Amino acid sequence: MAEIVIIGAGPAGISAAETLCANGLRPILIDEGARAGGQGYRRPADGLALDMNRLMGSEAGKYAALHRRFEALLPRIDYRPRTLVWAIEGNTLHLLRDGRTETLAFGKLLIASGAMDRIAPLPGWTLPGVFTLGGAQLALKDQGCLIGSRVAFLGSSPLLALAAKQYREMGAEIAVIADTTPLSAKLSALPELLRAPHTLARGLVYMAASLRAGTQMLHGVTPVAVEGQSRVEALLLRDAQGRERRFACDAVALGYGLKPETQLADLAGAQFAYDLDFRLFLPKIDGLGRAGSALYLAGDGVRIGGADAAEASGALAAHAILGDLRRPQDIAAMRQLARRVERLRAFQRGLARAFAWPKAQIAALPNSVTLCRCENVTVGEVRGVMSRELGPVEVNRVKAMTRCGMGRCQGRVCGPALHEIVAAMAGCDGAAAGRLRGQAPVKPIALAAAGTMA
Amino acid sequence: MSERTTDVAIIGGGLIGAWTAFFLARRGQRVILIEKGIVGAQSSGVNFGNLRLQGRFPGQYPLSLRSQALWEDFAGLIGEDCEFEQTGHLYLAYDADEQAKLEGYAEVSESYGLAIERIGPADLRRRWPWLGERAIAATFSPRDATANPRLATPAIARAAARHGAVIRENTRVSAVDRSGDGFKLTFADGGSLSCGALVNSAGAWAHEIAERFGETAPVFPAGPPQFVTEPFPYLIGPSVQAIDGSVIFRQIPRGNIILAGYPRTAADPVNNRAPVPPAKTLAAMRALARVAPMLAQCHVIRVWSGIEAYLPDMIPVIGPSETTPGLFHAFGFCGHGFQIGPGVGLCLSEMIVDGATPTPLEPFSIGRFRSVTAVSEKFRREFD
Repeated sequence: MAEIVIIGAGPAGISAAETLCANGLRPILIDEGARAGGQGYRRPADGLALDMNRLMGSEAGKYAALHRRFEALLPRIDYRPRTLVWAIEGNTLHLLRDGRTETLAFGKLLIASGAMDRIAPLPGWTLPGVFTLGGAQLALKDQGCLIGSRVAFLGSSPLLALAAKQYREMGAEIAVIADTTPLSAKLSALPELLRAPHTLARGLVYMAASLRAGTQMLHGVTPVAVEGQSRVEALLLRDAQGRERRFACDAVALGYGLKPETQLADLAGAQFAYDLDFRLFLPKIDGLGRAGSALYLAGDGVRIGGADAAEASGALAAHAILGDLRRPQDIAAMRQLARRVERLRAFQRGLARAFAWPKAQIAALPNSVTLCRCENVTVGEVRGVMSRELGPVEVNRVKAMTRCGMGRCQGRVCGPALHEIVAAMAGCDGAAAGRLRGQAPVKPIALAAAGTMA
Repeated sequence: MSERTTDVAIIGGGLIGAWTAFFLARRGQRVILIEKGIVGAQSSGVNFGNLRLQGRFPGQYPLSLRSQALWEDFAGLIGEDCEFEQTGHLYLAYDADEQAKLEGYAEVSESYGLAIERIGPADLRRRWPWLGERAIAATFSPRDATANPRLATPAIARAAARHGAVIRENTRVSAVDRSGDGFKLTFADGGSLSCGALVNSAGAWAHEIAERFGETAPVFPAGPPQFVTEPFPYLIGPSVQAIDGSVIFRQIPRGNIILAGYPRTAADPVNNRAPVPPAKTLAAMRALARVAPMLAQCHVIRVWSGIEAYLPDMIPVIGPSETTPGLFHAFGFCGHGFQIGPGVGLCLSEMIVDGATPTPLEPFSIGRFRSVTAVSEKFRREFD
């Protein structure tokens, strides 16, 4: 029988594998990481004694449960950690494991590739000491490290307060929590957010904890610059009243929400549509996560929904696979999972509206700001080529002319900001600004991985 | 006779069409360049960027050398930079047969006045110490160069526009008809224009236009898989090619190494797709590591391809139609049109304005496809 392959051993991939195993199948679970759990439920490095209960706080129970379930699952699946899927061609996956490439044919493919931080650049964002919010949290969970001793949290996300709380508890000083979203926008989104009261309550608890701890929380800020000679020394902002404020710090965590990692879905043939709330191109899926005849997408890698939604959507996509293999399906369980996924994703959609991606601030960035750090392309260079005669008006052509998005990260970091600059310059909506097309390798691979010539 | 919209219409806004528009406009012709998508987006924009002189089809040297002089004056002619670098081109042989082939190429090049250095193993290692141990001989042609194809065509089109050419992007031609001693073009959006002369530089789509006038060429679309690495300290210098066709690469001053691998891959001009099969990515990576072992830990970050037009004898169609006065063809450049682009544009402008060009173009006549076509050895080697 053709293999069922799951990419990604986070909550979505693990739940999908569980569902398949419960129905007598033995999926292959491929993960780029060394330890299962994905990013949110990441385990500390081997030999590192971290108090994960304290670090995970209210999510500690779920964290422990997921890892327990994974341990129980391990004998019943073909688990392949430290394995990068660098290309997909038809029904063949091209893998990179231990520095060597190999191929794997699949019958059904479920991609649960997770999400990464979305970056809004500002002057000085490439200085050492500037991290993504997710990176700041991973430094803690994976290595027990802090990104600095006095950290500023900037962005547009409810997770700013959560990460600040984790940092404070691990001994860091919090310089400021600065959110680009005005308080009024957050309040007006409250009715929608009440669809997931548990998550909403958690967010409010984090905010309250920050206030209790005496941390400055600003709403509706305009980022001005990260300042420093050779590394971060201060964060400069304009507050909601238009006053310039400087916060001394030795690290900045930037958090503007997450974006699905969709490159593999792209290579596997998924179709994409522009999403106005998230301002991202997202793969098209049906209610169960189907994106093609043998392609299924689950978790934050297809729609931001958080860990609980990821678990449910992974199980749901596994049920879809069972159905497509003409195996008996538990219709009642599927309905329940579908409702849960729908509700949690609607909550995240509400969050994306409340904590909006600051498209106007990005469109107004000064020309001198580095947009693409891999290829060292400034905002001004992009505007420059676009304003010429016969200049490009679409992201792929802008990339061809400027090299923005052509470097090591292939636009995973600069892509969303590039998209806003292009849309603003072209005076078009996000859909018309185009989508950076995925190409293999999705991550850089060394020549040596290909082996030697006969 | 009704007033014509323009003297010359050019269908196909690639490198050839843009250079032709440029030279015609500079001669005072009224020119309209029509492109179904955007200027320079197909093979003109995605090719390797090689301005190679050694190892070309012998009958092409007069055109090639004329072109190189134009590339060398690019900034003066066009008023913009296209990252032109006169790096030279190094051809490598790995065995005696290959060395004999190199020698054959070198003698042809020299007969047209090109300077070719023959380099033995010791000098190879001394001058380019990063080369692997296995190359036994090489020829070096210092006048060969490279440029950035993504930048070149739009820059040439802008220069043509400054000389008065009209550039119409996103304009699809739905019909081409004879009208008196000129032509009438109808566009998919309903518009039309009339012209005295018509240039068919529509690349992988060009045979459709030729066929409207009772002649054809067996064009088929394909693309060479191409790759780029992360930046690496700048030290490679020339554009380097293994004569067995396994790999060609060059390093740009910012450090990235650009490589093209073979064999080429069939492309889909209807859906505008030119895939890069991962197996070819890996084959090219192995071939590059053989030539330059120091790059073993250098990472490939991106691959691409594009739709190029190929002909079975691996030489293009350039010149007047044999059925229809006023119609000129320039297509099927078989993956080596970048270097000769400016020369082709100049020759076409001369044929249209003066009635003749001093550059010999007989080998490139479309008429050669009236009889059975020879399939070149290069063609067999460079495709699957």
